[in-house]
Amino acid sequence: MASRPVSPRMLTCPRCGTPNRGDAWFCNLCQEPFRKPSPEGAGPASPGSRAFPSDPRPVATAAPHATPASAVAAPRSAPPAVAPAARAMPGSAGSARTARGDRPGPMLPFDEAAAANARNTAALFAALFAALLALGYVIGLASGDPPAGVAVAAVVFAILASAAWFSGASLVLSAQDAREADPGRHRVLLNVVEEMAIAAGLPMPRVYVIETDGMNAFATGRTPGEASVVVTTGLADRLNREELQGVVAHEMAHIRSRDTLYNVCAAVLVGAVALLCDLFLRGSPFRGRGASPGPGFRPLGRGAGSFAFLLLGLPLALIAPLAAKLLRMSISRQREYHADAAAAGLTRNPLGLAAALEKIVQGGAAVPGGNRGTEHLFIVNPLRAFSDESSALTATHPPTERRIERLKAMAGIAVRS
Amino acid sequence: MSWIPGVAFFVVFAWFIVSYNGLVRLRNRFRNAWHQIDVQLKRRHDLIPNLVEVVKDYMSYEQETLKRVIDARGAAQAARGAAAQAEAENVLTGTLRSLFAVVENYPELKADRNVSALQEELAATENKISFARQFYNDAVMAYNNMIQSIPSNVIASVFAFPPADYFRAEEESRAVPGADLR
Repeated sequence: MASRPVSPRMLTCPRCGTPNRGDAWFCNLCQEPFRKPSPEGAGPASPGSRAFPSDPRPVATAAPHATPASAVAAPRSAPPAVAPAARAMPGSAGSARTARGDRPGPMLPFDEAAAANARNTAALFAALFAALLALGYVIGLASGDPPAGVAVAAVVFAILASAAWFSGASLVLSAQDAREADPGRHRVLLNVVEEMAIAAGLPMPRVYVIETDGMNAFATGRTPGEASVVVTTGLADRLNREELQGVVAHEMAHIRSRDTLYNVCAAVLVGAVALLCDLFLRGSPFRGRGASPGPGFRPLGRGAGSFAFLLLGLPLALIAPLAAKLLRMSISRQREYHADAAAAGLTRNPLGLAAALEKIVQGGAAVPGGNRGTEHLFIVNPLRAFSDESSALTATHPPTERRIERLKAMAGIAVRS
Repeated sequence: MSWIPGVAFFVVFAWFIVSYNGLVRLRNRFRNAWHQIDVQLKRRHDLIPNLVEVVKDYMSYEQETLKRVIDARGAAQAARGAAAQAEAENVLTGTLRSLFAVVENYPELKADRNVSALQEELAATENKISFARQFYNDAVMAYNNMIQSIPSNVIASVFAFPPADYFRAEEESRAVPGADLR
């Protein structure tokens, strides 16, 4: 085993000696660019290290060879074969610039990606909850009783959270017109779901289908024990087994990391902030005139109250709901990246999901009954364009191209961005 | 300041309970994962007689292939011990593969819905076996991480939590597959 030779498809970095995949564009460790178009590029390689094999595949995507024979016949000692007309910029400066332009993200191990995303989400979530309590405190301050404000914020949150908890997933399922998968017709889908449940170490979820040509999927349920996976028939029919595994693994990852619960909590937090601000904006002006005060607000003095109200409360109450919504969308995007990374961990095959996402982009993700209330649930947002960078702040999903790019980076494949 | 030893003792005791329970949970998880592999292997054994029943009428000239599958199944069921079992299962996988390669030569067999349904079931079961093995290895890794890292390694060594073994693919399956695969 120890004497196993480095596979010819491996590429040893000339700078730090790290073995890389044969089709890598950059060293995974030191970011040294490979595939320099000039023969000098291979020159400084140390004697023990392997020169760059001229693997035609990635280069062919950048600029096709004039003749296929030249790609096949190109010996390893003749890197000029990979410098076709499109990259004929002479000199090292030109080649360096080309390399930087093609730069992909560094290779991203799925477990590290998952851990990083989990940390980000936890931080965002804590920030949102702290902001809610702080908002309650400030509103309470403006009304003359900070603890009461915090208490009101907590009560509002508790009421909304319990309502969301008990209304359950059945509401979503019936709203999307999903029905239980037929064991005869959707045999492959059911088998794939069971495979991924085994891979995730979770109980087999219930499987529903939505009868439509649009290609989409989502998962729901508070706990893994009562989870459901919902897939459109368009997706189940048009994806091959490998791609379907990727999509189902993505949903299974949502279930395992309780993103369905996260979604409910995020929605509730945003709702609580909006409600609190509403309560404050409507309640406060009337308080001084002797109208019924909001519950828990006991004004100390008119002057102090309205001064603090103008200075602190008003701008905050106007900005807070918007900020909360942006944060929620940010959480949603983080969860999508996280689920993609975890899906790659379950199937050990990030390219299956990447291929599925590409097919969804081509085939369309529209789902009847998809609306603003449920858009964040789906694997690809059914309402938005796929690469809507201009409205990135309020998007529930990252641009699909970015997700495909990250998945390919996990497989060590460079993507031109 | 007489409360300090009490609090310190309480903290250490709470840490001990949490860590010990965590170790037990991880150990049970990988043991359960091992039995999940057996569940899937048994399912494959149960499917094979159905498959043989369906294809044997068509394949009068291929009795040799069928016999090899049946023999391999019998050997896999009779095998005892993890290593012997793994080897027998690998033989069975190989014979099933050659059986399905033969099925490709019989158009009427390929068109048979029962055969394609059984083929799908067996393919899914193969996947389930490998995902169950993958999950077992993940569970073993989580357990081994816990018993080897500070500070839970103290509890692991005192209360005898030995490192668990990974499931290993056999050597020849690591070799690059040859041209016999379609």
